[in-house]
Amino acid sequence: MTKLLEINNLKTQFFTSAGVVQAVDGITYDVAPGETVAVVGESGCGKSVSAMSILRLIPDPPGKIVDGSIMFDGKDLLSLSDAEMREIRGRDIGMIFQEPMTSLNPVLTVERQLTETLEEHLDVTREAARARALELLNLVGISEPERRLKQYPHHLSGGMRQRVMIAMALACEPKLIIADEPTTALDVTIQAQILELMKDLTRKLGVAMIIITHNLGVVARYADRVNVMYAGRIIESGSAEQIYHDPKHPYTLALLQSVPRFDHTRGEKLKPVIGQPPDLTKLDDGCSFRPRCAFATEQCAQAKPPLEAVQEGHISACWEKSNVGLEESAA
Amino acid sequence: MNEATSISTTDAPPPPRVEGTDALVRVRDLKMHFPVTEGAFVSRVVAHVKAVDGIDFDIRRGETLGLVGESGCGKTTTGRCILQLENATDGEIWFDGQDLNRLNKVEMRPLRQRIQVIFQDPYSSLNPRMKIGQIIAEPMMVHGIIDEADERDARVRELLDLCGLNPKFADRYPHEMSGGQRQRVGIARALAVNPEFIICDEAVSALDVSIQAQVINLLEDLRDEFDLTYLFISHDLSVVHHLCHRVAVMYLGHIVELAETEELFRNPLHPYTQALLEAVPIPDPTVEKARAHQIIKGEIPSPINPPPGCVFHPRCPMSVDGCSVNMPAFREATPGHWVACTEV
Ligand SMILES: Nc1ncnc2c1ncn2[C@@H]1O[C@H](COP(=O)(O)OP(=O)(O)OP(=O)(O)O)[C@@H](O)[C@H]1O
Ligand SMILES: Nc1ncnc2c1ncn2[C@@H]1O[C@H](COP(=O)(O)OP(=O)(O)OP(=O)(O)O)[C@@H](O)[C@H]1O
Ligand SMILES: [Mg+2]
Ligand SMILES: [Mg+2]
Repeated sequence: MTKLLEINNLKTQFFTSAGVVQAVDGITYDVAPGETVAVVGESGCGKSVSAMSILRLIPDPPGKIVDGSIMFDGKDLLSLSDAEMREIRGRDIGMIFQEPMTSLNPVLTVERQLTETLEEHLDVTREAARARALELLNLVGISEPERRLKQYPHHLSGGMRQRVMIAMALACEPKLIIADEPTTALDVTIQAQILELMKDLTRKLGVAMIIITHNLGVVARYADRVNVMYAGRIIESGSAEQIYHDPKHPYTLALLQSVPRFDHTRGEKLKPVIGQPPDLTKLDDGCSFRPRCAFATEQCAQAKPPLEAVQEGHISACWEKSNVGLEESAA
Repeated sequence: MNEATSISTTDAPPPPRVEGTDALVRVRDLKMHFPVTEGAFVSRVVAHVKAVDGIDFDIRRGETLGLVGESGCGKTTTGRCILQLENATDGEIWFDGQDLNRLNKVEMRPLRQRIQVIFQDPYSSLNPRMKIGQIIAEPMMVHGIIDEADERDARVRELLDLCGLNPKFADRYPHEMSGGQRQRVGIARALAVNPEFIICDEAVSALDVSIQAQVINLLEDLRDEFDLTYLFISHDLSVVHHLCHRVAVMYLGHIVELAETEELFRNPLHPYTQALLEAVPIPDPTVEKARAHQIIKGEIPSPINPPPGCVFHPRCPMSVDGCSVNMPAFREATPGHWVACTEV
């Protein structure tokens, strides 16, 4: 299948007084039309920066995309002008962020937020835009949409604001949605409503999605494919089944074993990932995970392991990957 | 107490929740109604937020009771009432045989030492201008636990070590530490006065999963070592399942279900508990694909205008006519398993 998005060796850095932060350090992955790809990893590992790089929303200075290419729907995003990029954002790529209050304009009514996006990107009349806004609110399951159109963001509950964000992201029928922690601030029952809605819509409309989250349960429920990031790199990638049932990187393994599960019997101690994440201004030539790794050998200090296939569609960046597995660690 | 006292109380005294006398904490018909005022100069009370609206539970010595429920259901308010940071509108809070709501400041003093709290936000709960050592030593001075400065410093280092922190951290400031390290400082500070009972209010919620696991293990180790009793407030059901002996589920100011942890997760009786458990995704794609995802509709109503009858009835898939009229009694459906629903 032809790919919708192809990211190749993307590097994004921040030039700060404390040094160069290697926030995204050469990531490569692609997204097929209609596919849901999840990005997981510890706080500060570069998930948001990698997403913002695709949208070219990295604050410059101090940030800069220093290498790589991003092909989206046949276009090289890094060579587009700012105006061309604005066209694509909001029309071909929809965005949903964690805190809807910062992305919704507080002084505009819900109707105006939606119609503004529509009028900016599509050649529509005010009337048609209004009708479409109403249709969108219905689509995302907002009750009494007529009344809601006239309200301001602060009149809405957190769950409803997130629905409006989704409506805005969908307004111009994008091919790709980038959702950065879309439900982290919401309660579980509302989170379930929103995620179910997003899954439904991606299926129905064939929209591809990149979902960034720290919630391994959400990933298990909704993702087709999972990219695990550590210190600015993708260190393992595969189908959700491969990642959860047959992890081949020590960090993925440790991550999975550190979360409590309520479908398991109680009484077992959790196994935390020991130590701290590395300072991204002081990365060396070796594997960044080795100070915390139970499998580390001398080779790991010498060179960064490349991402290599362990199975069809399953890659891992670890010198010891053939020794890593759930069974081995249980024994 | 204030004008909120006029709000009617329930007729019959609630039944005890734990047999025998081994309850360290006993909460009876606790209500916390916050007045909502209007007007700048002559403000008048126009409504009440029924944050906690008549709850009963016991916590046994050495037990960890989980308190779960969605945002705004009254978990923090319950904890604050026990800590006497709020003046409860009504009800009783018994700690080791004394009703805290009836004690004056002087009588409360020795009890404050025995009841400690760990908050959610490890940053805002630590004074940024104080060194870690001072932060941990402060409650010892307030309660006159160790008067000798050298002894106090030694104790601080011991507490840091106990909480898995390098004793050298005593000279650091909070901003020089990671979120997980700051949360450990909060725990060390709570332990400094040798408490018996600790209220953990979303104590691990802000932490990254791997660091969360470290802090959960620490809380478990300390509980075993010092026979601590915890009220563990959290919206994360997986963490609560892991750490708690019994769990109380709150919805809009009421406890709707309370049972032993295994029983509650295996056999949830209240439709809200069932919905809550179904909504939590399990980190296993195979399990998830096989699960039915019946998602409850609607949003949580405002505690200013809670629905009449059972507060959950507008979202309840099982509701019948009577549910919008009478608040169901909190009853013991099977031994030790309490539920407030007429339809189960
Ligand atoms: N404007 C900036 N200036 C300097 N460094 C930055 C800037 N923005 C991000 N970084 C750094 O880049 C790294 C990656 O940050 P990013 O926001 O992508 O993390 P994340 O994986 O999304 O984490 P979280 O789960 O906490 O959201 C971090 O070390 C962060 O400190
Ligand atoms: N001092 C106060 N004055 C008025 N209302 C208050 C006050 N404190 C809390 N409330 C209200 O009481 C209700 C319960 O709040 P509480 O903080 O106890 O909820 P919670 O269960 O801890 O929620 P969360 O999971 O978001 O922390 C909420 O509607 C809240 O807005
Ligand atoms: Mg982020
Ligand atoms: Mg709270």
